[in-house]
Amino acid sequence: MGTSEISMESKRVVPQRRSLVQRYWRESRRVRHAAWLLLVYALLIAGSVVFLIPLIWMVSTSLRPEWEVYSYPPKILPNYFLWRNYIEGWTMLLPFTTFLKNTLTITIGNVIGNLISCSLAAFGFARLRARGRDFFFMLLISTMMLPYEVTMIPQFVFFTRLLNWGNSFKPLMVPAWLGWPFGIFLLRQFFMSIPIDLDDAARIDGASTLRILTQIMLPLVKPALATIAIFAFVGNWNNFMAPLIYLNDINKYTMAIGLRLFQGQHAVHNQQYLMAVSVLNVLPILVIFFFAQKTFIQGIALTGIKG
Amino acid sequence: MQTTQALQQARRPALGKMARREEREFYLYILPWLLGFLLFSFAPIVASLFLSLTDWSMLSAPIWRGLNNYITIFGNDPLFRKTLINTFVYTFLSVPLGIVLAMLIAILLNQKVRGMTLFRTIFYIPSLVTGVSVAVLWAWILNPQFGLLNHFLMVFFGIKGPEWLFNTKTAMPAMIVMSLWGIGGSMVIYLAGLQGIPDHLYEAAEIDGAGTINKFFNITVPMMTPTIFFNLIMGIIGSMQTFTQFFIMTNGGPANATMVYVLYLYRQAFQYFQMGYACALAWILFLIILLVTLLQFWGASRWVYYEGQLKGR
Repeated sequence: MGTSEISMESKRVVPQRRSLVQRYWRESRRVRHAAWLLLVYALLIAGSVVFLIPLIWMVSTSLRPEWEVYSYPPKILPNYFLWRNYIEGWTMLLPFTTFLKNTLTITIGNVIGNLISCSLAAFGFARLRARGRDFFFMLLISTMMLPYEVTMIPQFVFFTRLLNWGNSFKPLMVPAWLGWPFGIFLLRQFFMSIPIDLDDAARIDGASTLRILTQIMLPLVKPALATIAIFAFVGNWNNFMAPLIYLNDINKYTMAIGLRLFQGQHAVHNQQYLMAVSVLNVLPILVIFFFAQKTFIQGIALTGIKG
Repeated sequence: MQTTQALQQARRPALGKMARREEREFYLYILPWLLGFLLFSFAPIVASLFLSLTDWSMLSAPIWRGLNNYITIFGNDPLFRKTLINTFVYTFLSVPLGIVLAMLIAILLNQKVRGMTLFRTIFYIPSLVTGVSVAVLWAWILNPQFGLLNHFLMVFFGIKGPEWLFNTKTAMPAMIVMSLWGIGGSMVIYLAGLQGIPDHLYEAAEIDGAGTINKFFNITVPMMTPTIFFNLIMGIIGSMQTFTQFFIMTNGGPANATMVYVLYLYRQAFQYFQMGYACALAWILFLIILLVTLLQFWGASRWVYYEGQLKGR
C-alpha cells in the first residue's frame, strides 16, 4: 500500500518537469501511433534496400558495356541499357539454347513423373488397407532424412557401369518417375483430410480405385499438386550435383552446369554476360512465382509449420 | 455387442476376399515408389556400407579393407577434421543467424500497415535466386576490386575492404553473410506461424496488463517454438550438406578455408576416384547428421512448446 502511494505522488510531480514533447508522447496515442508507423516504415524501407541492392546490381551489371563493368567506383543503377548483352551472352560463347532445352526436358519430365508416381503411392498409403502398410510408410519417412551423398556413389556405379547410362538424362529422370518421398508424404496428408464417405459412395456405385483417385481425389487436392509441381520444378531447375556427376558432353549440359562452365571459363572479362545469363536462369522461377504467388507461399508455409 | 461380433465373424470370409484385393491394389499403387526405394535407396545403402569397407577406384574389383577407411579418416586425415570443422562453423553460425533474422523480419512484416504485400514480396524475392545464379552473383558482389560490398565499405565507413573469398580469414564469414540473403523461405514460414497465433491469447494478456515485450516473450516466442524447432532441424540438415555455392565460388579455397564436408567427399569420389573412402565419408556424415538431429529432439522437450500437449510434473 505504502509503495503505491509513493509512486502516485511521484507521478503527480514529474509531469510538470517534463517538456511539451514528452508530455505529448505520454498522452497522445496519435503521436505514439505515428512514431510507431514511422519506425516500422523506416525499418521496412531500410531492409528492402539491403535485400534489393544485390538484385538491382545483378540486372544493372548485365546491361553495362564491358569497360564500365570493370571501372571504379562501381555504379549501382544502370546508365546504359545494352539489351544486346543478353543476346550476346546467351549465344556467343556457349550454347545456352541447348542448355535450356536440356533443362526443360529434365525439369518438365520430372515434374510430370513426380506428380504421377506420388499420386499413386500417396493414394495407396492414404486409402488402401493392407498388411505392412505402416511398415512401408515408416520406410518412406526414413528415406526423407537420408542424405543424397550416402546413395550417390552406388547410384553412380549402378547407372554408369551396370546400365551404361552415363552422359544421358536417364539417371537424372528415372528416379523422378519412381516416387519422391517428400511429395508422397505431402499428398498423403491431403488425401487423409478428404472425408472417406466420398470414395465409399463412389465405390458403392462401382467405381474402380483408379477412377476414385483420378476423378474424385485428385481434383480435390489441386493446391497440393500445384505445391508439389512448383517444388519439383525449382528443385530440378537448380539441381547441380547430379548433372555435374552424370553429364560430360557439353551438348547434354543443363543451365546450372552451363552457367558454372561459363563462370569458370569466361567470367574474368565477361561479367556483364555472366550476369545476363544468370538473370535469364532465374527468370522462369520468378515468372512462376508471380503467376502462382499464392500457391507458392502457401506451399512453403504449409511444409514449414507442421513441426 | 455379441451380435455385431457374430456378424463380423460371419462376414469375414467375404471381407477377406475384398481385403485381399485391396491389399493387392495397395502394393500395385505403391509399386513405383517401392521399386525406386529398392533401387535408389535400399540397394545403394547396402552397397555404400559395403564399399566403405573397401578400397575401390572403379577400375578393378574392390579390395576388402575392413575398417581401414574409417581408421584413416579418424586417425590420419587432417582434411577430414578441417572440413568437418568448416562445416560446423558454417552450419552453427548461418542457421541460428538466419533463424533470428528471419524471425525479426517476419515480425516486422506482420505489422498491420499499408503496402505490406509489396514489402513481403521484396523480402522474399532474393530467396528465389538460388543455385548457381546466387553463387555467381555473390562472387561478383564480393569481388575485392570491382565488387559492390567493398565499394560500400569505402563510401560509408572509409574502410578498405578485405579480399573476401581470397583471404582465409574472411572467406567463410562472406559465405555466411551470403546465406542470410536467402532467408525468404523461412521468413514466410515464420510469418504463417505468427498469423496462426490466436488473437484471444494476446487479448487475455492485455487484460492482465501485459506490455508489448511481455507479450512477445510469453506468447509469441513460446507459440513459435515448434516452427523454430522445425526450421532449426531442416536448416542444420541442409547446411551440413551444403555444396553448390562452395563448389562454384571458392572450390574450397583459399588454403582449404572453405572446404566443406561434401565438397571434400565429392573430390575423393569424382576427382581422386577413392570410391570406398568417399562412401565411408558419406556414412560418417549421415551418422553425424543423425546424431545432431536426435540431440535436438532430445533437447526439444526443454524449450519447444506444443499447445494441447499435457506436460507431466
